[in-house]
Amino acid sequence: MSEGPQGVSRYTTGARINHWITAISLVLLALSGLALFHPSLFFLTHLFGGGQATRAIHPWIGVVLAVSFLGMFIRFAALNMWNKDDTVWMKNLGKVINNQDEGLPELGKYNAGQKLVFWGQSILIVLLFASGIVLWDVYFEDMTSVDQKRLAAVAHALCAIGAILIWIVHVYAAIWVKGTLRAMTRGTVSGGWAWKHHRKWLREETRKS
Amino acid sequence: MATLQSLDIRRRSASTEAPPQIRKGGVEVAKLIDVSKCIGCKACQTACLTWNDLREPVGVTDGVYDNPRDLTPTSWTVMKFAEVETGPDLEWLIRKDGCMHCDDPGCLKACPAPGAIVQYTNGIVDFVSENCIGCGYCVKGCPFNVPRISKLDRKAYKCTLCSDRVAVGQAPACAKACPTQAIYFGSKEDMKVHAEGRIADLKSRGYKNAGLYDPPGVGGTHVMYVLHHADKPMLYSGLPENPRISPLVGVWKGVMKPLSLAAIAFAGAFGFLHYITKGPNEVAESDERKAAELTGGRGA
Ligand code: SF4
Repeated sequence: MSEGPQGVSRYTTGARINHWITAISLVLLALSGLALFHPSLFFLTHLFGGGQATRAIHPWIGVVLAVSFLGMFIRFAALNMWNKDDTVWMKNLGKVINNQDEGLPELGKYNAGQKLVFWGQSILIVLLFASGIVLWDVYFEDMTSVDQKRLAAVAHALCAIGAILIWIVHVYAAIWVKGTLRAMTRGTVSGGWAWKHHRKWLREETRKS
Repeated sequence: MATLQSLDIRRRSASTEAPPQIRKGGVEVAKLIDVSKCIGCKACQTACLTWNDLREPVGVTDGVYDNPRDLTPTSWTVMKFAEVETGPDLEWLIRKDGCMHCDDPGCLKACPAPGAIVQYTNGIVDFVSENCIGCGYCVKGCPFNVPRISKLDRKAYKCTLCSDRVAVGQAPACAKACPTQAIYFGSKEDMKVHAEGRIADLKSRGYKNAGLYDPPGVGGTHVMYVLHHADKPMLYSGLPENPRISPLVGVWKGVMKPLSLAAIAFAGAFGFLHYITKGPNEVAESDERKAAELTGGRGA
């Protein structure tokens, strides 16, 4: 698939649904998790029907996220393998941040920043899932010791903060780089967007069609 | 209860508001358990169930006196029997287990629900069940492994030190029931003085390591023990030698909270500043033209 009059196809309908399930569960997890993390944010439990309900529902949203993210991982892992261009791109991060593209290598479907977001979230979600199970007393209380639970609590909070920070980078990139969001809302990007940001990918897509 | 005694609250879990401080001169209370006088009759255990109107479900016996085997959501105190060989002697060390009412309570520190755990100015640490969300963080915060979450209602339970009785000038139910007066109750100061007498007596009878268990790692406790072997508290069914709030819990509930929120706020602020200083990254007309050339005009 390359491009029609609407632009270059970037995400299939399945990929977009998969992405938005992940996105919504991640936001809900962040809100309910932060509510139980800091007393000043406990008021967020009202969004979920109170403290008890928040405590009960948070792990279930986690299960949805884990399954959904696994789908994303299977879809996109191969496209996120690191290559030499990524190292060059990272060295030019200063330019990227300053909106200058000269000297940047032509890129495939993802740039190094996107790949780091992908791998960062992949690792953190595995850790969050594992530590989350240890903290899910309703079902798994008797399977771990108190010391393991303490470690899990600290690891869970640390990883969650990491995931939230990466999420901020991810969302901001979509706001900053104009023309990006429609890839996830409509599934396509403009030819110019593909040329500017992912030229190698555009060439491949053109060759394929 | 929490509202009626609000002037007597020293600390409240997960609360950023300062507690009232106008009332001064309250007395700190303590329960003193003289392990050397305990005969293991479990009258205190029964009194606890009776006063709090709780019933321990019928369990199984597995050949030891401990019954139930450990603290449960309904049994807030349990007698722990340890057979210990000290030199040529076999000693039967019986310890009444339960909440120690730490002066620096780990449960309260860990609890994320505002007001689910309070510490009164008299030192009693109490769970306010209506505010409890059943997350089990108190279990992780406790250095003595005391709170239990009920499978029935997912609420945390433990000894209240009979805060309701104490509030009206009564001693805890267990202290009232003990037939050998192994459980004393009064001001912490008086209890320490009384303990000294008991320790001197024990020493005169050959227990040269007799002493008071009031561990400083948790700021002292409002439940103290007189032990014949105060140098080896572990002998008493694993009473911790130097209990303190786990450093992991300290980090989790300490520096991590402000630092994390600061990091999130910083990331947001950085994005905002970047946008207003560097502006958006936009696709130029020339990019569209070049793309169209490449794709043979089939592009958008
Ligand atoms: S389970 Fe413990 S930590 Fe959690 S809300 Fe209840 S009292 Fe607080």
